[in-house]
Amino acid sequence: MTNYATHDTDVLVIGAGGAGLRAAIESAAQGMKTAVVMKTLLGKAHTVMAEGGAAAALATVDPRDSWKTHFRDTMKGGKMMNDVRMAEIHAKEAPDRILELEEWGAVFDRTPDGRILQRNFGGHTYPRLAHVGDRTGLEMIRTLQDKLVHMPAEIFMETTVTHLFKTGGRVTGALAYSRDKGEFHLFRAKAIVICTGGLGKAYTITSNSWEYTGDGHSLAWEIGADLMDMEFLQFHPTGMVWPLSVRGTLVTEGVRGDGGVLKNNKGERFLFNYIPEAFKNDVAASEEEAVQWVREVVAGKQATVRRPPELLTRDVVARAILNEVREGRGSPHGGVFLDIATQRKAEDIKRKLPSMYHQFVKLANVDITKEAMEVGPTAHYIMGGVKVHPETAMSTIPGLFAAGEASAGLNGANRLGGNSLSDLLVFGRRAGLGAAQYVRKNNPAADVNRADVEAAIAHNLSFFERKDAECPYALQREIQDMMGDLVGIMRTEDELTRALNALDKFEARAKKVSVSGGRVYNPGWHVAMDLRHIVQISRSIALAARERKESRGGHARSDFPNYDPKLAKVNLLIKKAEGRMQVVQQPRTEMPPELKTLVEEA
Amino acid sequence: MAFTTPAMRHRLGETTRRDGWWINPAAMALTFLVFVVYAAWAAIQSKYYTYGPPGAEHYTYISPFYSPPFQEYFPKVAAFKFFPAFWVVWLPIAFRLTCYYGRKAYYRSIMLSPSACSVGKGAGRGYNGESALPWILNNLHRYFLYLIVVLVIFHWFHFFQAFNFDGRFGMGVGSLVIAADTILLSLYVASCHSVRHLIGGSVDCFSCARAGEARLKAWEGVSWLNQYHNLFFWASLITVGFADLYIRLCAMSIWTDVRFF
Amino acid sequence: MSNKMHLKVFRGDNSGGELRDYQVEVDEGMVVLDVVHRLQATQAPDLSCRWNCKAGKCGSCSAEVNGKPRLMCMMRMDLFKPDEIITIQPLQAFPIVRDLVTDVSWNFEVNKKIPPFKPKPKNPDGTWRMMQYEVDRVQEFRKCLECYLCQNVCHVLRNHGKHDVFFGPRFMVRLAGLEMHPLDDADRVKLMREAAGIGYCNITKCCTEVCPEDIRITDNAIIPLKERVADRYYDPLAMLFRAIRGKNR
Repeated sequence: MTNYATHDTDVLVIGAGGAGLRAAIESAAQGMKTAVVMKTLLGKAHTVMAEGGAAAALATVDPRDSWKTHFRDTMKGGKMMNDVRMAEIHAKEAPDRILELEEWGAVFDRTPDGRILQRNFGGHTYPRLAHVGDRTGLEMIRTLQDKLVHMPAEIFMETTVTHLFKTGGRVTGALAYSRDKGEFHLFRAKAIVICTGGLGKAYTITSNSWEYTGDGHSLAWEIGADLMDMEFLQFHPTGMVWPLSVRGTLVTEGVRGDGGVLKNNKGERFLFNYIPEAFKNDVAASEEEAVQWVREVVAGKQATVRRPPELLTRDVVARAILNEVREGRGSPHGGVFLDIATQRKAEDIKRKLPSMYHQFVKLANVDITKEAMEVGPTAHYIMGGVKVHPETAMSTIPGLFAAGEASAGLNGANRLGGNSLSDLLVFGRRAGLGAAQYVRKNNPAADVNRADVEAAIAHNLSFFERKDAECPYALQREIQDMMGDLVGIMRTEDELTRALNALDKFEARAKKVSVSGGRVYNPGWHVAMDLRHIVQISRSIALAARERKESRGGHARSDFPNYDPKLAKVNLLIKKAEGRMQVVQQPRTEMPPELKTLVEEA
Repeated sequence: MAFTTPAMRHRLGETTRRDGWWINPAAMALTFLVFVVYAAWAAIQSKYYTYGPPGAEHYTYISPFYSPPFQEYFPKVAAFKFFPAFWVVWLPIAFRLTCYYGRKAYYRSIMLSPSACSVGKGAGRGYNGESALPWILNNLHRYFLYLIVVLVIFHWFHFFQAFNFDGRFGMGVGSLVIAADTILLSLYVASCHSVRHLIGGSVDCFSCARAGEARLKAWEGVSWLNQYHNLFFWASLITVGFADLYIRLCAMSIWTDVRFF
Repeated sequence: MSNKMHLKVFRGDNSGGELRDYQVEVDEGMVVLDVVHRLQATQAPDLSCRWNCKAGKCGSCSAEVNGKPRLMCMMRMDLFKPDEIITIQPLQAFPIVRDLVTDVSWNFEVNKKIPPFKPKPKNPDGTWRMMQYEVDRVQEFRKCLECYLCQNVCHVLRNHGKHDVFFGPRFMVRLAGLEMHPLDDADRVKLMREAAGIGYCNITKCCTEVCPEDIRITDNAIIPLKERVADRYYDPLAMLFRAIRGKNR
């Protein structure tokens, strides 16, 4: 039998992006013995990639902004599928969480009177994104990281959780391996917070890096926690399309927020043709109006006209781009043109979007102050995730909590840009607090069953036993390509069924891949262990997508292109029954009247 | 938590770099060598350091190595008569030796510490850098700065002198040589890292400091100049040597100064 | 468009290893990291390499390519001549875990020794105000990705192994970001001189040369901090001045 180290802790946080760090900070501040495990080094999680900013109704730039407008924008952007209470909590608490970061040393860009500057973003009525140039995520993660290292929390870097354990219906622990030594670690924890982020690596073209294989979603489902809204997957409209090796890498929405326009190969601003009925009154009707909006905003004035259609929500823009490309109006490498060079002065572009400038010069040989960028949709963010209680962030399994992208509810059918950074802070804190309160109230025993641990370790090591079977990299690529083809932006019944059948076969193959070499920092072995999660979360997406026979937000069906009012009344849950994945319709609760009026005011 | 790094096993000059990493330090070392040899000779010579039109009462050009001429101002002090340049040149030498850019230049080119980035040193843990003698003395840079400001004032005095041909305004090639030297020396001193610190760099909160706005503007200006500090270091080193050489050659009648008017 | 290129990649660990030769197919637009990935997927599935964002934002894929410390994800293959041999090695200032991965945990221990941000009291209106012109300077330091290329190239750490007495350029940048913060109220000058060992730096600027974020580490962070240390410890006039002013208060 293989040795493993055992760690006892009150709260175990899995993942060290914004949500994980914020949860750990709160848990430690509550006096809990806290441990944080992360797949990468501290400060490298995908939060660093977030560019645009964190949405919070601070009203420093436009005093008309308030939590109410933020709430309304979030609900509208989410096509009313959001958890209403989560959207309300988020809108109300986000400003405090941002100001708290400033207290911990974050240095946001400033208004002329020395307060936090806010920028415009898709779907937000007023300038609302607190930002630092186009590297807001870096600023946030560094601030949280530097805060956490001075707190009594144990940090386990490059440590990946492969199994969660449950005893008597409660979560009791987790098994992890360390990348650098290949050793196993058992964490006996009274509460566990899942902050593992997303699952973009189920797709070939994605803005996500290797670690986003949906581990948290998959681990939670395995021990019986419900997932929700898994059909809602956000394709960011502007990923790089060329060169091939960087296909999918994100181009911030900040480019459009700062005046960038989308054009097809005929030079038309095609988005004017795709404005949905529900947004007709919020969006400029002509190019002149759009140009005037940019001019006013750049001059630091309050906009008196309506915003450009480029700032429609991401689902709309992504589908519009896909359609332009399909109808032959795309750019040479299968995208469309994003042009800021003709809209802003070179020096402004370099000042406001330095890392975009850098990224395109270095990777694509394109000077964005002179030329247009080629962009296309890229798998970016999963709105769905572990179903959690809005106040405590606890899942349907006692002791198991989730926050950030790994949880569901706040974003509904489509996330507004900027809402995820504030989500991390608001619900990261609530999850840390919820876990601490749960531990304090119940003081549960973390009695992990030894046989479960041994079985989990045996599973992880099984990949070394076979020689010369299938290579994990090739299989991973095959699954990703299949997901892109059959469970992409536009979906159909037939393709989803084919995808589910394919996933059954992939599941069998994933169990039988083989790896060579030893346990020390062996990437082939790591990929082999991740395959299980990729298959499981892919199945959850396909199952939910097949069940929702309508198009809404981040879920579009070409065989059901419209809203279905009946389906507006349900969220889809992914449950585990007798070891199999099941999709169940869950009726939504009525919105409280005072919030209902807020949404309808618009 | 001391550990042995892979690079600690590298021999002096060992690297996987394929570019001409040694060219830059070699060129700097050669420039230093030429300058030091010439400057020593010029300073020891103690003559041929002024030049004026034949028959004029007062010289027009004076070598920067001999400015200010203490022996002229204090003729009764015997000490100033012996090697007059020695009373002057120690200061710019000290200023340059403690200069934040100068330090880089000689640490790299003379001391090979390091000669270039990611190139082996063949050295162990016996290194104290500027945390111990002698290099800790480099922290005195600002004192040499205070003194060299005085020297720069004399240079400006001799700058105007260089256009005074026996009481008449004129200009020769030598005037331009001295002008170039004076301007570049002034830029070199003005772009100094210590100036940048003293003028505003030490302020954290410009909006709450006294005279904060003025200090911010001054700091921004010096910061801009400071980017070119290395350029001014070399340019003024070359012009100071050349100015001495030019005046010396004229004084020795090897070269005739060309007068424009 | 693709062609085969000749790579030499370090395979081994801290006890030793070798530069192993590989021939890899390279397509247009590829960066060095893509080539390493292709190696993993086709010829060397257990080749260790640390990476994450693949867009120059996280600072994970630091390595030495032809002797130069670089982020592999931001180094295009078309910088090389088609027949050029490309050598890829791990960082040389830290213990090697395996292949291209080094143990950089020392850096995280150093960070813990730096006293955190300590804000001044809020204004009467409940806000903190900072002007953009005074945060510009600090924001430059906060661009740091923690790729540790500067730590790697700094000869004090790399060649002399002074990890126990010197924090290295990355943490001089961190210190500068805190010390020059308009709202910070903590004093780290003593720490800079003593534990952080700023005196070990001989300002030879290799850190600045390799910074992928173009932070002017030496000129904007380290030298200004050295000046602050000089103010406190090496300037008798300033000390006298402070003493007199202190008495008058």
